[in-house]
Amino acid sequence: MTAALLFEQFLNGLQFGLMLFLMSAGLTLVFGVMGLINLAHGSLFMIGAFFCAAAAGLTGNFWLGLAAGMAAAAAAGALIEVTVMRRLYTRDHLDQVLATFALILILSEGTKILFGPFPLYLDVPPLLTGTVDLGLTPYPLYRLALIVAGIGVALGLWLLIGRTRLGIRIRAGENDREMIAALGVNIRALYTVVFALGAALAGLAGALVGAVQSVQVGMGEPVLILAFVVIVIGGIGSIRGAMVGALLVGVIDTMGRFLLPQVFALFLDPSKASGAGAALASILVYLLMALILVIRPKGLFPVHA
Amino acid sequence: MPDKRREYALNAVLALGLLLVPLWAYWAGSPFTITVFTRIAIFALAAVGLNIALGLGGMVSFGHAVYFGVGGYVAGIAAQHAFNGETFLGIAGANQMLIIWPVAMIAAGLLAAVIGAFSLRTSGIFFIMITLAFAQMVYYFAISWPTYGGEDGLPIYVRNTFPGLNTMRPWNLFILCWCLLMLAIGAFALMRASRFGAALMAIRQNPDRVAAVGISPFGIKLAAFVISAMITGLAGALMADLSRFASPAAMAWTMSGELIVIIILGGTGRLFGPVAGAAVLVGFEVIFGGMTEHWRLWLGLVLLLTVLFARGGIVTLIAGRERLG
Amino acid sequence: MADPVLSLSHLSKSFGALKATDDVSLTLMPGEIHALIGPNGAGKSTLIGQISGRIAPDAGTITFKGRDITGLSVAQRARLGLGRSFQISSLIPEYSARRNVMLGLQARQGHSFRFLKPVMRDRRLRDEAEAILTKVGLAGRASVPSAELSHGERRLLEIAVALALEPACFLLDEPMAGMGAEGVGALVDFLRSLKQQAPILLIEHDMDAVFALADRLSVLVYGRIIASGSVEEIRNDPAVREAYLGDSE
Repeated sequence: MTAALLFEQFLNGLQFGLMLFLMSAGLTLVFGVMGLINLAHGSLFMIGAFFCAAAAGLTGNFWLGLAAGMAAAAAAGALIEVTVMRRLYTRDHLDQVLATFALILILSEGTKILFGPFPLYLDVPPLLTGTVDLGLTPYPLYRLALIVAGIGVALGLWLLIGRTRLGIRIRAGENDREMIAALGVNIRALYTVVFALGAALAGLAGALVGAVQSVQVGMGEPVLILAFVVIVIGGIGSIRGAMVGALLVGVIDTMGRFLLPQVFALFLDPSKASGAGAALASILVYLLMALILVIRPKGLFPVHA
Repeated sequence: MPDKRREYALNAVLALGLLLVPLWAYWAGSPFTITVFTRIAIFALAAVGLNIALGLGGMVSFGHAVYFGVGGYVAGIAAQHAFNGETFLGIAGANQMLIIWPVAMIAAGLLAAVIGAFSLRTSGIFFIMITLAFAQMVYYFAISWPTYGGEDGLPIYVRNTFPGLNTMRPWNLFILCWCLLMLAIGAFALMRASRFGAALMAIRQNPDRVAAVGISPFGIKLAAFVISAMITGLAGALMADLSRFASPAAMAWTMSGELIVIIILGGTGRLFGPVAGAAVLVGFEVIFGGMTEHWRLWLGLVLLLTVLFARGGIVTLIAGRERLG
Repeated sequence: MADPVLSLSHLSKSFGALKATDDVSLTLMPGEIHALIGPNGAGKSTLIGQISGRIAPDAGTITFKGRDITGLSVAQRARLGLGRSFQISSLIPEYSARRNVMLGLQARQGHSFRFLKPVMRDRRLRDEAEAILTKVGLAGRASVPSAELSHGERRLLEIAVALALEPACFLLDEPMAGMGAEGVGALVDFLRSLKQQAPILLIEHDMDAVFALADRLSVLVYGRIIASGSVEEIRNDPAVREAYLGDSE
């Protein structure tokens, strides 16, 4: 184990965390403003990846694919919001869970019908291939770009929420839904916009990640569940919490998977060490979640304190 | 009351239908049908467990499959150790159902006690997400731990035994499952009518009011959660015996979703709701699965429409809403 | 001089910069109705929250039947005999009036971990519940789900459930709220008879009812008790007139 390897894994964790942030931010925004738990968020991630891969494959241009992926996810999000989600805002959480679970089934099968049952492949754009020398270690340029993109989106969100009228409405909506309706804000439009924004973020994450992992049906759900862990840790409704939580989860998960088998190898024989290390690493973030819940039951940055 | 009589009639139809169709299949020599109905009975049993937590207690446990899976793994691990003579923490393996069932229930109950202790301090969306997360945790642990099959799960080469019955014969296994299901439904009915049930259903509707009369909601909810997990765990052990395989997929969050789907399709909190729901879910897969590989799309649509427009499920559609009196 | 049943001692609670409860001390003596009045925003809900156990005070103690209950949970205090009604009716909506009261009785008896005997067939529990409903005048509506009761009936049911606990004191949060003149009159008579059973800490806005019922009055303004005494003393207190009654007169 060298410093170079450690640094590389840390960067991987950062990259993973930032992509997770894109997912979590959308999820927490939707819950904060509309009080809606949306299991189909993972499907929007998947849709972004699929449309990006398909468009990039057709046109040979990754950037067109990226735009297509985001647009498709946002459009799907808007469509879902208008047809299904609208009827769920006043329902209890169980209904929301079930309806969005149904959407997962529909969207997954729909994707299979549209794109076939086999995974699609998405190539890293030529502009971003190769590695960059970061002093300690060479690092893939694309992954570095993902980190930059993630930070860029975070800044953009911060500006949006803090400095624009839409942001003011979002923050007001998080605090008191009935009030902003009384104040004349067009709630329906606001909700559609917020939902589509969250969907676009998920689609972006899916499209970006699609170049480093395979694009297949079901790719969204593991990320979705981790996003849940992130917002439980960070505090439901808080974008700042989503960022902190996502970085924590990303880094701890990645470093854990790398380090734990080696730590165990110090005092167990190699065959047992890798198994035990992998098993503990796989549950590390959940243990982290449990620990945080004990100290801060509402997460690190609860919005409705 | 006409509603109650209609519900009793529906319950009888479901109970007897679940028994008579496989019986006919037995005489007609169609073991496949018996196996399908055994799956219905087992899923119904798992859902009866969830119905205690969700239907009566209002606890949306999105991680109940973990108890289903744990039950299966108890059966699988016990069978593996009985097969190769090793011990689990000093305890020898077993392949007797009468031993495995209580152990599976206890294991599931203990896990539920731990998860419940954490999760039940929260409510609403937190509770849903946290139960999901803990279930995932156990799932990932199960597929990473190499000794017990990892991702591949554990085969059960020889089905566990029950005194006096050849459990390898489909009809025998079915009748065991059916009897356990009826017993569990009976226990559910007793619990719902009892003081415990009265407190639990009150907590679902207004926990602050229940605390204000002096009943601590946490204790009741935890007890209900643990009992609920035990019944689902028993179902998991039966499923492992049916498929002769303890599968990590039984713990996956998709299974948790399916259990909740069964409850909603059948009718949340209704006595025979789990039976109706399980029949629909398994029936969908068997009937539509034969027609198209995209049967899940149709299931999703039916589920979506049910949630939006037929919220009370099949039992409510046929027998009307429940009056708690 | 008898001991107070309920005693608040230097209770304080702040939410950030807002002092919702500012060094409040108060007693409830046996056999009395002690009314707590004050303008909106005075901090009555926060005070009720601390007495019932929903909110933890920053400082001060609450003593009930000679025992320090400051650290006890809502359910624990209820079990000790602290009965309350809610400002906004909080009942079990799908349960009938009878069943709501039976829940209170069941809690009183302390046996909720019973799994076998059907509770609705428990004759004694049903009869007791019906007796209590008769006391508050709801006997005829025993089988109606509480969600279908009228507003006034729900206020009465709240009190019935509190009665089922055989409490050592009543904490009634605006029981008259939303009731018509006739209902208020009947409730005033009822509460007057109730105080023999257990003293009442009555939070109310309806001044006529308060002046008719209260043995003692305390006035809460901006989290502080600015005056406490008999009805006559409070009516003539200049600080009170200015802060509260002055505006309406």
